[in-house]
Amino acid sequence: MRENVEDFLNITDLKKHFPLQKGFIDNLLSKEKSFVRAVDGVSFSIKKGEVLGLVGESGCGKTTTGRLILRLLEPTSGEIFYRGQSIFSHSKHEMERMREKMQIIFQDPYASLSPRMSIGKAIGHPLSIHHNSSRNEQRRMVLEIMEKVGLYPAEFFYKKYPHQLSGGQRQRAVIARALVSNPDFVVADEPIAMADVSVRAMLLELMVQLKEEFDLTYLYITHDLATCKYICDQVAIMYLGKIVEIGPLNDVFTNPVHPYTATLMEAVPVPDPKYRRIQPIPKGEIPSAINPPSGCRFHPRCHAAKPMCSEHEPDLIEVSQGHRVACFS
Amino acid sequence: MATILDIQHLTVHFPINIGTVQAVQDVSLSLRQGEVMGLVGESGCGKSTLGFSINRLLRPPGRIVQGKILYHDKDIVTMSERELLSIRGRKIAMIFQDPLTSLNPLFRIDQQFMETLFTHEKGISKKAAFKRAEMMLESLGISRERLMEYPHQMSGGMRQRIMIGMGLILNPDLLIADEPTTSLDVIVEAQFLDLLNELRKQFDLTIILITHNLGNVAQLADRITVMYGGTVMELGEANEIFENPLHPYTKGLLSSIPNIKLDQPKLKTMPGSPPDLVDPPPGCVFHPRCPFVKDICREQKPTPFTRDGHLVNCWLYG
Repeated sequence: MRENVEDFLNITDLKKHFPLQKGFIDNLLSKEKSFVRAVDGVSFSIKKGEVLGLVGESGCGKTTTGRLILRLLEPTSGEIFYRGQSIFSHSKHEMERMREKMQIIFQDPYASLSPRMSIGKAIGHPLSIHHNSSRNEQRRMVLEIMEKVGLYPAEFFYKKYPHQLSGGQRQRAVIARALVSNPDFVVADEPIAMADVSVRAMLLELMVQLKEEFDLTYLYITHDLATCKYICDQVAIMYLGKIVEIGPLNDVFTNPVHPYTATLMEAVPVPDPKYRRIQPIPKGEIPSAINPPSGCRFHPRCHAAKPMCSEHEPDLIEVSQGHRVACFS
Repeated sequence: MATILDIQHLTVHFPINIGTVQAVQDVSLSLRQGEVMGLVGESGCGKSTLGFSINRLLRPPGRIVQGKILYHDKDIVTMSERELLSIRGRKIAMIFQDPLTSLNPLFRIDQQFMETLFTHEKGISKKAAFKRAEMMLESLGISRERLMEYPHQMSGGMRQRIMIGMGLILNPDLLIADEPTTSLDVIVEAQFLDLLNELRKQFDLTIILITHNLGNVAQLADRITVMYGGTVMELGEANEIFENPLHPYTKGLLSSIPNIKLDQPKLKTMPGSPPDLVDPPPGCVFHPRCPFVKDICREQKPTPFTRDGHLVNCWLYG
């Protein structure tokens, strides 16, 4: 057991390295195996009832982290404690039981609903796995959650198939399916990225509202810093498999310490024609996670890079209460 | 300022088995030489269809059933295919959302650049074409050695820059950019928009920027056209649209986008969902979602109301 029991979810030094497929010749020459270091030493914790935003560009490892938490992927190393229990010590069967309380919402509502299952059936599916209640009882629970996510009249939508629903309605169905088994922790992996502007705002509000109602804790994974503002309590910025900055939303937004966070904040498009960027956007793109740069992984793109940045890897250091940054300057 | 493109009462239909999708309904707008026009709307509002119609690149069964597209006073809709070839690609270039599917994975970048030149400029030598491709790469901020690479060797942002380079190598005067940054990450997106702004001056371009991202148009556009359900809701100077939106849809759209620089605790939401274009609502297409709906909105299409170049299609005005 760990010392700090109040943490709801605690992740320590989590790593996931995906081995790269090698060709036949490379095998013969027995070349060294290489890995994609998708998640490379990530630690954070979430308190009960909090929303942590995990933000980063594509390929930074945010989705892999989310999947590891539900153990949809096995880690290379590291630990995840959920309510004080290590989830990697569970058997496969026990883990299935755990998922009644830990759920995930995926990005693409077109791919995450079976086209051959009616909406009501899809939403009720977790119940048929986790509950041994009667069919009527399950149906009642499904209809109830459908009303809650705004799919009403629920009876009408119950028999519909995914292709008969709009994108926003599908995402509501996906949210309903995640919540039907009454979980207390939800990983929301870019839940609104596919939706249109006006639908996004609605889904975001729905998520906030459901969080209050069901007393949920979220890990909100996104590439869009601007939406974090409306839902998160804490944000963690990821870059190439590592967290570079983490802290309370207001602290990180008003005082982004890490140069990468500052760049990311600066790059967010501002819907105001009068707005001009204070700093120019640095050139270059996110490097490959197969051979990440030595030392601080951001140093090749960093405007404040010093010689030591390419040699040593910075640790997360507290700059103010709960606000930690991995940067030498 | 001279008008480069004048679209008049354009209507585009897609007849399908369950009826006719009225993708674009009676859209009129004109472009001034050298401006950036932001064409904004949600999916299915007809913005891309409009963009494709300008180059007559509509996929069947889509077709233009009514209206004119005047490019330097010549009507693209009725033009012969032969005549169109001298304009499409050469004078009016288009770049698309996904640079990976728009580049041929089997050819090197230099080959793809040169193919464009050989097709459109008969008699150009291989050497001259290669030189042009090299110069183009320089304006895109990519080192010239990368000309010998294949698309898969480049990052997403670089590929999108290559795409715009291919569009610009024939020196067009109009560029239609259809969601050019949607597949890019935030930082790369900002870099790309900066580049577009530079190229615009360098090549003296008129740009139609089709996007759902109001943040992007705010940075780049001189004027903005807001579309919904295949029709134009509002059109005006970018500052006007953002500061003094008239149409209830524009207002709703603006208040539902997150702004990282603003202190707003909550986003406003617009109830309802976009209309079914096979069977659009009668009258104003926005009336089922409109908070200010009046009886006339349910029956009659609004007539355009214009004040100081700011056009709005809504019964609340006029």
